[in-house]
Amino acid sequence: MKHRYLPMTSQDEKDMLETIGVQSIDELFSDIPEKVRFKGEYNIKPAKSESALTKELAQLAGKNADSVRYASFLGAGVYDHYKPIVVDHVISRSEFYTAYTPYQPEISQGELQAIFEFQTMIAELTGMDIANSSMYDGGTALAEAGMLAAGQTRRKKILVSGAVHPESRDVVRTYALGQSIEVVEVPLKDGRTDIDALKEMVDENTATVMVQYPNFFGQVENLKELEPIVHGAGALFTVSSNPLALGALTPPGKFGADITVGDAQPFGIPEAFGGPHCGYFAVTQKLMRKVPGRLVGETTDDEGRRGFVLTLQAREQHIRRDKATSNICSNQALNALAASVAMTALGKEGAKEIAVQNITKTHYMKQQLKKSGFEIAFDGAHFNEIAVKIGSSVKELNAALFEKGMIGGYDLGLSYDELQGHMLIAVTEQRSKEEIDAFVQEIDAFVRETEASHA
Amino acid sequence: MHKDNQPLIFEMTKQGRVGYSLPELDVPEVDLTELLGQDLVREEFAELPEVSELDIMRHYTALSKRNHGVDSGFYPLGSCTMKYNPKINESVARYSGFANIHPLQEESTVQGAMELMYDLQEHLKEITGMDEVTLQPAAGAHGEWTGLMMIRAFHEANGDFKRTKVIVPDSAHGTNPASATVAGFETVTVKSNEHGLVDLEDLKRVVGDDTAALMLTNPNTLGLFEEDILEMASIIHKVGGKLYYDGANLNAVMSKARPGDMGFDVVHLNLHKTFTGPHGGGGPGSGPVGVQADLIPYLPKPILIKTDEGFTFDYNRPESIGRVKPFYGNFGINVRAYTYIRTMGPDGLKKVTEYAVLNANYMMRRLAPHFDLPYDRHCKHEFVLSGRRQKKLGVRTLDMAKRLLDFGYHPPTIYFPLNVEEGMMIEPTETESKETLDDFIDAMIQIAREVEENPEIVQNAPHTTVINRLDETKAARKPVLRYQKPTDSE
Repeated sequence: MKHRYLPMTSQDEKDMLETIGVQSIDELFSDIPEKVRFKGEYNIKPAKSESALTKELAQLAGKNADSVRYASFLGAGVYDHYKPIVVDHVISRSEFYTAYTPYQPEISQGELQAIFEFQTMIAELTGMDIANSSMYDGGTALAEAGMLAAGQTRRKKILVSGAVHPESRDVVRTYALGQSIEVVEVPLKDGRTDIDALKEMVDENTATVMVQYPNFFGQVENLKELEPIVHGAGALFTVSSNPLALGALTPPGKFGADITVGDAQPFGIPEAFGGPHCGYFAVTQKLMRKVPGRLVGETTDDEGRRGFVLTLQAREQHIRRDKATSNICSNQALNALAASVAMTALGKEGAKEIAVQNITKTHYMKQQLKKSGFEIAFDGAHFNEIAVKIGSSVKELNAALFEKGMIGGYDLGLSYDELQGHMLIAVTEQRSKEEIDAFVQEIDAFVRETEASHA
Repeated sequence: MHKDNQPLIFEMTKQGRVGYSLPELDVPEVDLTELLGQDLVREEFAELPEVSELDIMRHYTALSKRNHGVDSGFYPLGSCTMKYNPKINESVARYSGFANIHPLQEESTVQGAMELMYDLQEHLKEITGMDEVTLQPAAGAHGEWTGLMMIRAFHEANGDFKRTKVIVPDSAHGTNPASATVAGFETVTVKSNEHGLVDLEDLKRVVGDDTAALMLTNPNTLGLFEEDILEMASIIHKVGGKLYYDGANLNAVMSKARPGDMGFDVVHLNLHKTFTGPHGGGGPGSGPVGVQADLIPYLPKPILIKTDEGFTFDYNRPESIGRVKPFYGNFGINVRAYTYIRTMGPDGLKKVTEYAVLNANYMMRRLAPHFDLPYDRHCKHEFVLSGRRQKKLGVRTLDMAKRLLDFGYHPPTIYFPLNVEEGMMIEPTETESKETLDDFIDAMIQIAREVEENPEIVQNAPHTTVINRLDETKAARKPVLRYQKPTDSE
């Protein structure tokens, strides 16, 4: 059977076999021992034509409730934000998406320059000296920060705030297991890292203290108070940060962070059921040679023209092998490009405006919930999420909201025993006043109904 | 091609221009300082560009023209499987029901996505011959580390704490030893023999009761099938170690030999290679891991299971190594790989491997008279030439790679694997036509002739690219890793 991706004709095949000097393609596989040779064909679904397959997969996609048809109030690390339409047009240029790692700089200047610009934008937003070309996601970037800190300080303990994303904490633990590093959780106080507890916990074995800014509950951590405690113990200060929030919030670099990591998904990258997103990794100048992953640097050719190359490669697995700073090879280059385009489109003013809109709309949500008598779990400074006490089943509430065309928030009871019956609500710039009002009205009605049925 | 620099996007900035469209704020404004406190309110803007939407498109279009992808031309980069990236994959991954769904939505609202993941796992189980598959790892190296962590957990669960060593061949990809280190192991190298295959005697010498695993690609990085695979498996299993399959080269053996049948205990796949990811300029990839039954308890959690009520994520996995990534892997890439597998079907995947191997052998035979061929036997999907002969004439493999740029080709992988002097690793893939292969072969032969007759043209290559060879030493000695806005005095 002919296939549109396979150009070989039977005449080609015949000519090529003759050149090789064999009778059949099978002969080329004669080095596979009889005992392990797979006979016949895989027992998998038969091939489908282009139109039959797109029809089937469109139907499968149609079984999922997406954030275009439903108004989403779900965040918890992945957000429904404005995606400038230019983003998809840029990353659909196949010179970008069908290339691989730019090992040949003369024919990869486009990719290299785009990454150099990404590194600059991330450094600008985070207030750090430099950023790398990307990591898999925010969770693994945080884990790599822990590994860097342990190597740099030669210490074997990581303190991670309980207000760091639960799944990121899980990933940190798995990486730490491999390196026999101890991970200890810092307790919470009013939805933020308990500073007094931290003071007691840091010691001469602490490689790093990890906090999230804004944290998992949307609360903005007090980095200014945390920093001297961390550095006082000789540990590195690691901040995991939503870069979109940094359009309005003082960047971690200003507060003395040594490593700032996070996920650039809020900048133009679809939710995509959790991936691929785009981790970033930013550090102070001092840690430049310890960074995992690829770095692009500026240089010149023999005629003095500016150009870009992969640089400081002596850190990386293909050169240093078992002594590399990380095993990362493929990263998230195309998504870093998407984030760059979104950051460019928003630009200097838009980056602030979008962040302020998130804060403002979340504040409005909070006020409306309070007016309806809801208890807000933590009342400190917030970014675009708040934790609200529902009292009854968050799962049932979400089912009720879904009936009204809304995707409700995250059930905090799934990750925090003490927060059973609490919902983490995200309000991005995508949510209109109308949608917020409808949401508050629905959860109010749900809670009243539940109370009435229990009375 | 014009050789003018494309300015950095920051250099195109003009105050007052914007490239975005946000809705007017429809709720009451707030006083940020009052709400957050003075310390938390950012004082200075982040210096992001200020450009119009057309500026953005022109800039990135200009950058794309300074980049070579598979759609631009032949890209025989060995070990990377730079095959055609089907456009249907791109369309399907953008369906709103796949692109715009949240990983923490109620499971009942994402059953279609979970069904796709489940069915992809089933297909990958059949293709690899393994008992279970996780889609969580984000890329090949991530999959390697995940697999090694599971092997470690397996040994430790058996009270076996002395297995500290992972064996890799001298021809292994750099991620193998790097992943072993991250998983807490020490790396031991096993030598290749004169045929380019793992030296069984050396393997017997390095194995022992401290062996955790042997990591292999088969075919290996020379493109040669490890014929003694069953004996190697037996050597490793006899000492209680596990056999790890690096799936970077799976394109060579689909429907011909399955890792599970060769005795492998763990396998990772690179969905952005064999299964048309695409490569994205360096990623995102996807690196699912398959295991034999005895390693299933250690798979990263959650596990996707099928019940009478539908698909669900099972978090109750007490022996799991834990999470290796937030959520469930690079779903968007997995959608593309699934679309590809369903496009090809069983007969298509078999032809993929047959043509990939046919193409590689054809090129190898036609190029063999002009370059050194260190291992003269049928190759699989790729082969390695040596530039020893040309080096004696003062031209290095790097020079020849740069000269290929003048012909519009992406060069092969060079100086890898490490056990071949002046190596050139060529992987044509099955999606290239005979005409493309012939044109590339002609260019290679012409370059070989130039080396003898006019070496300067090769040594000074490239001549036609937007930029000449760049000063990499300068880049590393005084690293400039970001743009700095000039101060007023400059």
